[in-house]
Amino acid sequence: MRRFGDFDTCEDAVQEALLAAAQQWPVEGVPANPRGWLITVASRRRIELLRNETARRRREEAIRYEPEHAPASAVDDSLTLLLLCAHPALSTGSQVALTLRAVGGLSTAEIARGLLVPEATVGQRISRAKQKIRDSGATFSLPPPGEREARLTAVRQVLYLIFNEGYTASSGARLHRTELSAEAIRLTRLLRAQLPDDGEVAGLLALMLLTDARRPARTLPDGSLVPLAEQDRSRWDAAAIAEGVALITATLASAPIGPYQLQAAIAAVHDEAARPGDTDWPQILELYGMLHALAPGPMVQLNRIVALAEVHGPVLALARLDVAEDDPALRGHHRLAAVRAHLLEKCGDLTAAHAAYLEAARLTLSAPEQRYLLARAAALGSADDHRSS
Amino acid sequence: MKYLILIQSNERSLAVWETLSDEQRMEFGRGHLQLTEEMTKAGVCVASEGLADPSLARWVSVRDGRTVASDGPFAEVKEHLAGFYLIDVEDSDEAISWAAKVPDAAFTQVEVRPVLDMSGWEF
Repeated sequence: MRRFGDFDTCEDAVQEALLAAAQQWPVEGVPANPRGWLITVASRRRIELLRNETARRRREEAIRYEPEHAPASAVDDSLTLLLLCAHPALSTGSQVALTLRAVGGLSTAEIARGLLVPEATVGQRISRAKQKIRDSGATFSLPPPGEREARLTAVRQVLYLIFNEGYTASSGARLHRTELSAEAIRLTRLLRAQLPDDGEVAGLLALMLLTDARRPARTLPDGSLVPLAEQDRSRWDAAAIAEGVALITATLASAPIGPYQLQAAIAAVHDEAARPGDTDWPQILELYGMLHALAPGPMVQLNRIVALAEVHGPVLALARLDVAEDDPALRGHHRLAAVRAHLLEKCGDLTAAHAAYLEAARLTLSAPEQRYLLARAAALGSADDHRSS
Repeated sequence: MKYLILIQSNERSLAVWETLSDEQRMEFGRGHLQLTEEMTKAGVCVASEGLADPSLARWVSVRDGRTVASDGPFAEVKEHLAGFYLIDVEDSDEAISWAAKVPDAAFTQVEVRPVLDMSGWEF
């Protein structure tokens, strides 16, 4: 595909090659190097498509497009495509849609179901994204070395966004959205296969595996959320945890440290605790401290305060929360109110906790969260009544 | 993130409407059509509709398994929903910039409300 500058036709050619592969593999068996074989087929198809197009054009133009007969490089091509889909001219929403379409090979309808928007909207988003890439003058080639790391950062972010689109869905179109998480993991595996020495790609994959492992315990059949401390840990996916733990362990030992690796390490600590009481909170607090130093952000700050409460008690954590509230990104944020409610509850101040849960429920944009926060408030309300009677 | 842009019809908006010429009213209608098209092209439009007159509304309730539909108390209603745009955008700033293009915003005001989603967080 790198041989051709035309993004649209390349994508179509890959789709056709995938279809051809699906039809041929059951008969001929899987080729030794399916990915490279696929690229070969894709470029063969590309020539066929061009020949159809150029039937109307001058003949020599087709010859100009004839590829050199070097062995196809499967590795470079899907990496190049991922990097192209994370082009800085695109909004993150467009990067997500384009990655799912061009690299994931999902249909517009599948993407629309996953992202909960109409198919026509996704179609427009993708064609607009392609147009923007064309307008920017980008071709199907690796970005210059100076831009590569920034682009790779964007690719990781896009993959994590896709994962979260699927992971955080808890009802309604849950099945379709779960596929997005699986797709994100598949694409991250693909990226890792090409950049085996990139610690942050490995960290991202480990983070996804370790987070996704909890999915079976994370929601009840009615779609309501189960907080980490209350999940049935026997339902966690032990194989995914084992893979994630092994991956992050090996990566942390060898690669320069990064935010995804740290988040994966935190997830691993949670996943290794058979019971909530076994959780190694001092280690989690330490990891959040490192994460805060490396990639500070309002959510890191809040999670660090939750860990602090587990290690040093809720009173100290509440004092830290008052300081954190000075951060404009956190003022009026529902998470801050939710953490405050949680800490107040631990302190035994049930009346204030009740009010804070209600405030958090008012401010959240998530329906399952709202339901959970209202339920907590209601439970405390009755506890409070009980206490005072 | 999905946002709903709500366009209310009320005494104030009706008063403004009265002052508009036929040509301005045509322009207003075209503005809505153009905006829908622009949103669709940008890949942000989820749905957009104008609503029929509230006198056509029916009020539905179910009691003891029986559905009762009645004409509403529309005579007393001073404000009603006249139309909406449901958009899917990056953030509230982008939603506001789309809302600013709604023709009504130039005369009265429109409301932008985030839509609850189905996401959740780890706690």
